[in-house]
Amino acid sequence: MFDNLSLKIDKAIKNLKGQGSISEINVASTVKEIRRALVDADVNFKVAKDVTDEIRQKALGQNVLTAVSPGQLLTKITNDELTRLMGGQNEDIKLTGSPAVVLISGLQGSGKTTFSGKFARYLKSQGKQVMLAACDIYRPAAIDQLKVIGEQVGVEVYAEPENKDAVKIAKAAVKAAKDQGKSVLIIDTAGRLAVDEEMMNEIANLKKTLNPSETLFVVDSMTGQDAVNTAKTFNERLDFDGVVLTKLDGDTRGGAALSIRQVVDKPIKFISTGEKMDALERFHPDRMANRILGMGDVVSLVERAQQAYDEEEARILSKKIRKNQFDFNDFLSQLQQIKKMGNLKDLVGMIPGVGKMVKDMDIDDDSLKPIEAIIRSMTVGERESPEILNGSRKKRIATGSGTTVTEVNNLLKQFGDMKKMMKMMNKGGGKRALSAMNPFGR
Amino acid sequence: MALFGKLFSKEDKKNLDDGLKKTKENFFSRLGKAVAGKSKVDDEVLDNLEEVLISSDVGVQTTVKIIERIEERVSRDKYLGTDELNHILKEEIAALLAENNTEDLEGLSIDSDAKPYVILVVGVNGVGKTTTIGKLASQYKSLGKKVVLGAADTFRAAAVEQIMRWGERVDVPVIAKGMDTDPSAVAFDAVKYGVEQDADIVIIDTAGRLHTKVNLMNELSKIKRVVKKVIPEAPHEVLLVLDGSTGQNAVIQAREFTKATDVTALAVTKLDGTAKGGVIIGISDEFKIPVKYIGVGEKVTDLQFFNKMAFVDSLFEE
Ligand SMILES: Nc1nc2c(ncn2[C@@H]2O[C@H](COP(=O)(O)OP(=O)(O)OP(=O)(O)O)[C@@H](O)[C@H]2O)c(=O)[nH]1
Ligand SMILES: Nc1nc2c(ncn2[C@@H]2O[C@H](COP(=O)(O)OP(=O)(O)O)[C@@H](O)[C@H]2O)c(=O)[nH]1
Ligand SMILES: [Mg+2]
Ligand SMILES: [Mg+2]
Repeated sequence: MFDNLSLKIDKAIKNLKGQGSISEINVASTVKEIRRALVDADVNFKVAKDVTDEIRQKALGQNVLTAVSPGQLLTKITNDELTRLMGGQNEDIKLTGSPAVVLISGLQGSGKTTFSGKFARYLKSQGKQVMLAACDIYRPAAIDQLKVIGEQVGVEVYAEPENKDAVKIAKAAVKAAKDQGKSVLIIDTAGRLAVDEEMMNEIANLKKTLNPSETLFVVDSMTGQDAVNTAKTFNERLDFDGVVLTKLDGDTRGGAALSIRQVVDKPIKFISTGEKMDALERFHPDRMANRILGMGDVVSLVERAQQAYDEEEARILSKKIRKNQFDFNDFLSQLQQIKKMGNLKDLVGMIPGVGKMVKDMDIDDDSLKPIEAIIRSMTVGERESPEILNGSRKKRIATGSGTTVTEVNNLLKQFGDMKKMMKMMNKGGGKRALSAMNPFGR
Repeated sequence: MALFGKLFSKEDKKNLDDGLKKTKENFFSRLGKAVAGKSKVDDEVLDNLEEVLISSDVGVQTTVKIIERIEERVSRDKYLGTDELNHILKEEIAALLAENNTEDLEGLSIDSDAKPYVILVVGVNGVGKTTTIGKLASQYKSLGKKVVLGAADTFRAAAVEQIMRWGERVDVPVIAKGMDTDPSAVAFDAVKYGVEQDADIVIIDTAGRLHTKVNLMNELSKIKRVVKKVIPEAPHEVLLVLDGSTGQNAVIQAREFTKATDVTALAVTKLDGTAKGGVIIGISDEFKIPVKYIGVGEKVTDLQFFNKMAFVDSLFEE
């Protein structure tokens, strides 16, 4: 219990001393770590580099809070930046014309047909008259698949199984939709590779002929580094309006979302989270940022610390530590601050790498209670100068706090050790021992 | 180049060359940039090399491993010319692959004692399982083998129709019980039919499933158990199909599907695109499962054997 507490204080001291703000030095290893996290999450190598370089610039000189390390703060800044990069201009689907045509495009197996069905269902629930058109004339049973899906969602499917011309089928579908007074026509197309010139011409022709009010690019969220090439080519040929990310019900980190967003600057409009027709959601940039970075715990730790942070108090504390005047009054207010941040075990557990360690450990908020009670039973004078505590004073404090003299002595000893350490650190020693505690400083 | 088994003709070989060319050119143009104007392998070159590998989906861990090996070589052999870089890089990656002690396939490997030889095909959604089955069926058939397909994807819309079409195209029987039926029962029937008809090979298609879905993974284990009721040694092969454009999630897929079904072989599809297939190196490095096939297109003939030396060669040949 004391160990954990002193670890907390050590961290606070460390952050105040020498690492009080984000500098080139203390940021370098964290930036590397974040870049690696992004690349591990399949963010394109170049995109990860650009983004982290930018974040480094933004972060330099920012003040670090007592309760978090520069690395943790940088993680939070990264998270905010990713959210910003993937958000914004989240326009709705444009549906103009009668019928409004929505063209679906993407690689093989990305989830186009399934999304077409889901989107038809979604629009239908908004009271729209929807029709689906089966323009995948290549994949075996692609038309049957769309027909089954159409039936599931109760939307009519226009198909010409014998026709081998996707553009002609699509044109006929527009006419049929118009004749039947449908308001939206969704065109499902075959999967194609960006390097397949013939197939890319086909979809470019579909776009040119139909003049869709919305063209969507459907991409598998498990896609790796190649996502940028594909998105770029499809965008060059189609100038699509938005992106649909699929298969997010799995455990992929989904870095392709950031890559694509950076490369083509088109909004991500929907996410697909399952094989069933109702598994369709709007895109939330903050959730996606969290998922890609994979450090949501750190982010919420910093958020809580920021909420609890009292700048003035921290400044005074810093000064006191430097002058070796840190006393029990300061200790008590540190305890308050930790308590304000919430559950102690949660807080400790949020430090990357520590979570598993403390899972079975017994650190609840109650473990701070006796310490707090002992300090509260001291007079202000005693808190300032604990050396005046003699046997009878200790007895009084133990009784007042409902503890024993041994516990009071233990606390005094821990406190003394702590002050010794602070003194040492003020002299510049102890750096090594501390750097081992920085979860990012590998 | 020994990339292909005896099975495939010269024209087929050309298909793969074409398919891999994009990969190759891309890799080399970037590697070329990495060494341009440098007289020896320095830090900058290694940094650029790192970028080349990472952007090929090799993964951070494996890339670091490769870079470390090359750094070692550089410090050992001191002066390394850029001319030597390709050679050394190839050597080091090959060494990494060779550590797996897996044998490359020379021809379609069916244990002739196992009759029928049962292959269970698994993987996440949309990776190309059914297509790969169609291609395999065609290859085996052209070898004069008697093939039976089992339509055990009873979940995805029109999945049964899709494999039936392949059956017609390739002219092999497909055992199906319709949509929304118990996939284990379909697998059972298919294997039983294979035994009755004295077939050489039974290939069972399954519905795509994400490895995170416990129920669906259990369903696969069940299919395996039920198949064993007909032939205790079956399935003789569990083929995990991976999409070549998948990033690092492919490694988790390999791990989780192996846990559920003891995967014995991998197929990597869609390598006819711009995806580099570097994921193969990453996975070969971690698992002892051989990559047997690669998919390089949607046609029946667009299936090739994977040969790791040849694969590395084809990346680094000029
Ligand atoms: N788990 C999961 N599976 C999905 C999702 N979206 C689609 N799928 C599955 O992924 C596979 C491919 O989906 P399709 O909709 O057929 O993809 P497509 O892009 O039309 O494929 P092609 O027409 O063959 O190019 C199917 O098995 C779908 O059930 C999703 O969000 N989550
Ligand atoms: N370009 C290309 N497309 C492929 C390849 N293998 C499969 N596909 C396509 O990928 C999509 C999904 O394949 P499918 O066999 O239905 O996947 P399954 O859901 O895993 O059974 C289909 O459109 C196939 O035509 C390949 O090697 N190259
Ligand atoms: Mg489709
Ligand atoms: Mg299938």
